[in-house]
Amino acid sequence: MKASAFAYARATSVANALELLSVHGERAKVLSGGQSLLPAMNLRLIAPELIVDIGQLAELRGIVVKGGVLTIGALTRHADLLKSPEIATHLPLLKDAVAHIAHPAIRNRGTIGGSLAQADPASELPACMLTLGATIIARGVGGERRIAASEFFAGIYETALTPQELLVAVELPVPPKNSTYFFHEFTRRHGDYAIVGLAALAAVEDGRFDDLCLGYFAVRDRPLLAKSAGKLVDVAVTSAVLSEACSALAEELDPLEDQQATPAMRRHLAKVLLTRCVASLLARRDLCAGGPA
Amino acid sequence: MTSTQASPDTLSALDRPNSYIGKSVPRPNLDRLLQGRGLYVSDIELPRIAHVVFVRSPHAHAKIKGIDASAAKRMPGVIGVVSGEELATVITPWVGVLSHLKGLKSAPQSAIAIDRVCWQGEAVAAVVASSRAQAEDAAELVSVEYEELDAVTDMRSALDPAISVIHASLGDNLAFERNHEAGAVDQAFAESDEVVEAEFVFGRHTGVTLEPRAVVADWNAAEARLTIYQGTQAPHMVQNIAALHLGLKESQVRVVCKDVGGSFGIKVHIYADEMATYALSKLLRRPVKFVADRVESFNTDIHARDHRCKGKIGVKRDGIITAFEIDDLTGIGPYSMYPRTSAIEANQVVNLVGGPYVTKNYRARARVVFQNKNVMCQYRAVGHPIACSVTEGLVDLAAMKIGVDPVEIRRRNLIADDAYPCASPSGLRFEQLSHHAALTKLVAMMEYDALRAEQASLRAKNIHRGIGIASFIEVTNPSAAFYGVGGAKISSQDGVAVRLDAQGSVICQTSITEQGQGSESLTAQIVGSVLGVSMDRVRVILGDTDNTPYGGGTWASRGAGIGGEAALQATKVLRKNILDVAAAILQSIPGELDIVNNAVVNVADGAPRVELSELARIVYFRPDTLPPGIQPELMATRHFVPREYPFAFTNGVQASWLEVDTDTGFVKLLKHWVVEDCGTIINPQLVDEQIRGGVVQGLGAALFEKCVYDERGQLTNANMADYLVPMAGEMPDIDVGHVISPTMESELGAKGAGEAGTAGAAAAVTNAVNDALRPFGTIVTEIPLTPQVILTALGRI
Ligand SMILES: Cc1cc2nc3c(=O)[nH]c(=O)nc-3n(C[C@H](O)[C@H](O)[C@H](O)COP(=O)(O)OP(=O)(O)OC[C@H]3O[C@@H](n4cnc5c(N)ncnc54)[C@H](O)[C@@H]3O)c2cc1C
Repeated sequence: MKASAFAYARATSVANALELLSVHGERAKVLSGGQSLLPAMNLRLIAPELIVDIGQLAELRGIVVKGGVLTIGALTRHADLLKSPEIATHLPLLKDAVAHIAHPAIRNRGTIGGSLAQADPASELPACMLTLGATIIARGVGGERRIAASEFFAGIYETALTPQELLVAVELPVPPKNSTYFFHEFTRRHGDYAIVGLAALAAVEDGRFDDLCLGYFAVRDRPLLAKSAGKLVDVAVTSAVLSEACSALAEELDPLEDQQATPAMRRHLAKVLLTRCVASLLARRDLCAGGPA
Repeated sequence: MTSTQASPDTLSALDRPNSYIGKSVPRPNLDRLLQGRGLYVSDIELPRIAHVVFVRSPHAHAKIKGIDASAAKRMPGVIGVVSGEELATVITPWVGVLSHLKGLKSAPQSAIAIDRVCWQGEAVAAVVASSRAQAEDAAELVSVEYEELDAVTDMRSALDPAISVIHASLGDNLAFERNHEAGAVDQAFAESDEVVEAEFVFGRHTGVTLEPRAVVADWNAAEARLTIYQGTQAPHMVQNIAALHLGLKESQVRVVCKDVGGSFGIKVHIYADEMATYALSKLLRRPVKFVADRVESFNTDIHARDHRCKGKIGVKRDGIITAFEIDDLTGIGPYSMYPRTSAIEANQVVNLVGGPYVTKNYRARARVVFQNKNVMCQYRAVGHPIACSVTEGLVDLAAMKIGVDPVEIRRRNLIADDAYPCASPSGLRFEQLSHHAALTKLVAMMEYDALRAEQASLRAKNIHRGIGIASFIEVTNPSAAFYGVGGAKISSQDGVAVRLDAQGSVICQTSITEQGQGSESLTAQIVGSVLGVSMDRVRVILGDTDNTPYGGGTWASRGAGIGGEAALQATKVLRKNILDVAAAILQSIPGELDIVNNAVVNVADGAPRVELSELARIVYFRPDTLPPGIQPELMATRHFVPREYPFAFTNGVQASWLEVDTDTGFVKLLKHWVVEDCGTIINPQLVDEQIRGGVVQGLGAALFEKCVYDERGQLTNANMADYLVPMAGEMPDIDVGHVISPTMESELGAKGAGEAGTAGAAAAVTNAVNDALRPFGTIVTEIPLTPQVILTALGRI
């Protein structure tokens, strides 16, 4: 398990990194935390000719809150997100989600930019970006592009980024004060990629949803902002309503078959998550009683 | 702790002042390992060392039409690319059979495949280069032309006449069959009030050692000697086999085994790629290193447990079990493994089913079939988890059927603690077991009645928890009955040599080996205790065929019971020899002297007479001052093997407490208990950690671990992301208790403890899951108990 031979360049600035990427294009790979890239190289699943290490570019790391928007630099590590008081205050959902990513050793190196660029359909952060309405900022030699999270993820390990672009940051609107959230994922073991997961953000008023965003992951080739959430907004949620939303959800999913679960099991678990999410956000244990539809 | 045997009135060799026996002293090798100063095979660098990478078959079954290595040979650093045919000039093939397993057959296996590959992962060529990376680069350029053949993958159809035969010369795909009948089975079933049947399915899994298999082979043409550095459990076995197939004398082969990063039975076999590495060193006349990577480990380390076992139990309304019947089927890959064979697991299943219980009515059939999958062989607790899951699963099903509590049905049927010696329905002889004492202790430890009450109250809240109990027996301290009688050159005896050095310290050479279980520690504890010296004065040398007595090594829970007794007997002789010299020096008589705290003392008043260092000085440097006629022998060697009983059986019982999320099928382990009886406990911490580690491997089998093959014989999860090993986050607290029934076969009285945890853990968990699922009227008898399996059983998906 040794990677094929490759050339290595440590980028000295963002401009330098972009320069290298524009020259080498698809033959080059950006190295951030290396937690997805290096295993793939060691297994010889990929064999880039050049590694562009952006690890030293301090300007890409850090969290800033300004005018109701949180900006997170691409090189911000999972461990930084976990420890950040800004994240804890404004985006507790994200903090919860990050705690589910792998193990401390991996969180100490893995970065948000790497995770989003990797676009693993079972990853937590891409789904959170959908739920939280993030904007992803990509930079190329020609300048910056702002891409809505809903437009960014294009398939298994596929994004809207071109090989010449660097993901430099994400921008997240600070959710309104009264919003609540739910995060849960099913994994066989702590730290594993999810079999099915849900990152939800809601505004609840008088026992009803004013707003509800359901960001599912591991339910198809990319994260999904479930439209069936609409069935639960501005209505009195009863078992029947919930059951209808569950059925609508099942229609929206296009789960993959893998070692851990069949599509039928993923659909089932996604419905369990919806039931538990709604019961938790509305503080209505009774909705769980009969199990999912 | 309770003892089932009265303590002797006189002090034994072990029960001496400052004895280390029964104490949790830290292992002497801890500092070395924790400071990173261990020496594993991958750490070994020798001048002119070369690295081998194997080109492995991507097909489960295929003809090799041609190998083109020309491009690979031109790559930088490449020393050679060697095919199976070329290697066959220096090494002969082998057949993994044993004569006492009647009818067992297998085909000749080569170090590197010749003409045909029989599983995905079998080596077809070796690429040797100056570095592993260069060898991997070159290996990508070796082009092999294959013609795919039909692959036999499903064990259930392997014997169908319509299915192709893997080795035409064998006639069919049946490797081994054993039938056993005891008592009056049909009559017993006819007279039963209830008869319950079930089919138990066990996933194929593997040992996943932290350190992969690794070898450095160093042929020294000038000396005509091969030195093999290998992480192995059985150095003398490796020596014998390497010599045999390379056409050498054993004296021309030295096997050195330094630190080993876990073995679990994975490293007690002879693998084709290891044989190829020895042969490559001889062929290329230079040291060659092979370190399996993780993907290779999954594809070539032996797998285990792939069984489907039909079981049947008869029971009377009063809870008395009348009979057991099983029909076991297992698929072992294309070859019976060398030299221990792949029939042992099925054979053990036949031996062990029903073992804890009184009934003598027992019928069993086991069939072992060939398949085009990786080889299967002995892994920790060989056969035990199968036998225990089938037996204990049936016992619980019977209890459920007649409405008797699981603890109660065991009380009514377990062999009474005062009924020994006796024999099992398969003819195994038990010296002294303690099933009832163990069960009583377990029930108290887990507060069984309170737990049942908690379970009932949580049910009302739609929370479904279960309690599972599993009694078990464990084979330990095997005599020659295991392998020797079948013709394998695998020693069942072990030897220990102890000597006093010139400053009064002790050097101890033992033929047992250390892979992390504490062999070094327990040997030093025994030597220190018996001799009367502190442990820090005892240095233990293991794992070197040039420098230790001849012996079996460490496997089948035999190190403490057999190697430990050899250490005890050798040290007794050394002690006597020292006291004889001391008496001569001190003008006393040996009977009036003792050794305590590194000095010779008076028995009567404990007064120190002479330090061992002073005695050694006199013996080694001033023998002229000794009385005439005295020839001190400050070195002693003894060997030991059990003779009375073929195996020292141990017993125990485990319990699991868990919660099943019936919406998701996920199982959460809440607590696990074990009570076991391994006889004399030398180091309680080591024993408890052996039990816990064993339980964790059993829990892995119960919930997580499975080698997933597709219908074409492709292993689809050969990596650490998809093959789920149990991790600390999912493990419950494991409480361990003991009952102590020493074996009388040895003075030490120790039986083995290495496999007890693995033997019963999965059975306890499966029983607990079924207990939790009781209100849903469904039974699960397949492991691993994945959410998919449980949701399917519940009809949710
Ligand atoms: C054992 C293990 C378990 C894991 N479990 C989880 C889990 O449960 N959930 C989860 O989400 N992740 C998991 N991961 C992956 C981890 O979160 C990685 O950190 C993440 O996927 C990639 O981030 P990275 O910084 O390491 O990126 P790298 O590995 O350095 O790069 C990943 C990919 O993104 C590209 N890339 C990186 N940065 C940029 C950038 N700024 N612009 C453009 N392209 C870029 C690289 O070229 C590469 O193709 C696990 C990893 C391991 C090893």
